[in-house]
Amino acid sequence: MAELTDRPYPPGDYPVVIVGSGPGGLQLSYALSRLGVGHAVLSADETAGGMFRRWPFFQRLLSWTKPFAPAERRTRAYERYDWNSLLADEPELSGLQPEFMDGSSYFPSRPEMERNLEAFAERAGVAVRYGCRWTATRADGEGFVLETTDGEYRSRIAVFAVGVAEPYMPPTPGLELCAHYADTRPAQTYAGRRIFIIGKQNSGFELASGFLPWAQRIVLASPSPTRLSVDTKSLVGVRARYLQPYEDHVLGGGVSVLDASIERIEQLPDRSFVVHVRRTDGGPDLTVEADDVIAATGFTSPLLDLPALGVATFGQSRLPAQTAFWESATVPGIYFAGTITQGSAGLKKHGLPSNSGAVHGHRYNSRVLARHIAASRFGVTPERPVIAPGALVDALVDMLVSGAELWHQRAYMARVVTADPAAGLLDDGVVPLAHVLDAGGPDAIVVTLEADGRGSIYPVVYTRIAGDITEHALDGHPLHDFSTPAHRRRLGEIAATVVGSAVASGS
Amino acid sequence: MATQDEIADTIAGFAMFADLTTPQLQGVAHRFEEAFFPAGERVLRQGLKGSGFYVILDGEAAVVVNGEERAQLHRGDFFGEVSILLGEPPIADVVAQGALRCLVMGGPQVEAFLVEHPRVMFRMLQSQARRLRNATQWRS
Repeated sequence: MAELTDRPYPPGDYPVVIVGSGPGGLQLSYALSRLGVGHAVLSADETAGGMFRRWPFFQRLLSWTKPFAPAERRTRAYERYDWNSLLADEPELSGLQPEFMDGSSYFPSRPEMERNLEAFAERAGVAVRYGCRWTATRADGEGFVLETTDGEYRSRIAVFAVGVAEPYMPPTPGLELCAHYADTRPAQTYAGRRIFIIGKQNSGFELASGFLPWAQRIVLASPSPTRLSVDTKSLVGVRARYLQPYEDHVLGGGVSVLDASIERIEQLPDRSFVVHVRRTDGGPDLTVEADDVIAATGFTSPLLDLPALGVATFGQSRLPAQTAFWESATVPGIYFAGTITQGSAGLKKHGLPSNSGAVHGHRYNSRVLARHIAASRFGVTPERPVIAPGALVDALVDMLVSGAELWHQRAYMARVVTADPAAGLLDDGVVPLAHVLDAGGPDAIVVTLEADGRGSIYPVVYTRIAGDITEHALDGHPLHDFSTPAHRRRLGEIAATVVGSAVASGS
Repeated sequence: MATQDEIADTIAGFAMFADLTTPQLQGVAHRFEEAFFPAGERVLRQGLKGSGFYVILDGEAAVVVNGEERAQLHRGDFFGEVSILLGEPPIADVVAQGALRCLVMGGPQVEAFLVEHPRVMFRMLQSQARRLRNATQWRS
């Protein structure tokens, strides 16, 4: 690892270059260092933290950390209850977030999250060349040249952990006269005003929640109906923390939530606005007067010239299309880390996405990516601990009960046990489920946790026998206890189909 | 990359959405998500539960049963609905042939979406009837 000087990583050649010092870049740098893969980390910012140095606007996160949890802090099992700390092998670097929380909420404040990330970088010795802005990219032989404000960096592998935080405004006539979420003013400056918010996702409802004590009237509008996380039973939809404006709307308190597309926005001589909306629910068109119009219309990835280099993107957020291991689907050697990895969608079983858009999801992506890059590009052979056949059921139960990556990346990350004819049962660790299902390979037992959007979380075991994949869903449990005799018995039966009767009885 | 307005414009030309007004098309574009699959990637996996409903925006896909290609899907075609309507895993793989861009809706949302958009449901039924007729002709 580089010395912790003020300006580490001068321009030059590196095996890997990581751009970004948010949680994605920090986690990947930490994991690559532990695997002995040399790299540079560059960041345009002055300190660690990425988007958490600025947002959320109302200064408190959507992701919780429970200081008092059923599992002891600094253990792997604790990660299930702590969505905000980065991951470390060393207990003293694990579960850092609670150290910075003042007990007023189990959602850390933005500054508490920022301190958590800064502390991780400092204590884990993650060096970053701050104040070094990536400005352009070009292909060069088998690698890439990244131009920066400090000079040129060459590497075989470039990893972009640059977030999805570039404000996006749709091309609606008149919207250019209005503010984006990113330009929201302090809440008290909206006292007594009529506010029109375009967008009914979390950012729109976050603003509406913050404006409730100040605004005279709030209208939220977008073409499709509001979805609530408590209905979808996933992170899809507006989170419970921002539900208050919705309750105000359904109880007739003065907030209005419209299913409508915005046709155009006019500004009047007194600088107020008239918003022309067309209802998408079959109702008559409306005009709404407002003193402020704010576009909570989302964010894109600041990929600069990567699309010109051939990196395919998709969707309104212009996410890069990625393989299961977060490599550009169209330009080999370019990888992504952090919240951009939501562009590698996985199976989205039952319509539920991964949690890669949040720290508690993508921190695992970074760890798996480091292992993948180390193995596939630098010949660092991953450890494959042997599991005795008689201990297999215990091992599978432990993976389900304390495997935080399976809890947080449901139907996205899988734990793989390979049945090697010569070496026996080998723990191949955590791998993207899409890769396991599609890449083929020797006989294996693969465990995941999954959900069906109806409220149940349950283990799923996939077996691969002579190349054929079979899915076995186990029962859920009202207390999420997957170590019951019934679960053990079922795991034993399934495992026996792969490795024979040696494991059928379990332990 | 496409904005939701561009997606609304694109799907306006698809038979399934032919009866919708512009605001309804925008509502539909918001209800779906966009997905991208590189060449060779599986979109539906035979025998695995919980798959979605897809409409092809750009590109082509192959319907593969037990490793054997049975049909080709093109821009404007849809797939995944049979498994969702019957509550059973797909009986085929659908594999991207070249870069494939789709709209996707999760299985649990499909019933409510179709009930709210009866003209889309009618067009889907029409398309299914055509597939059934062709399959019957092929067998006889």
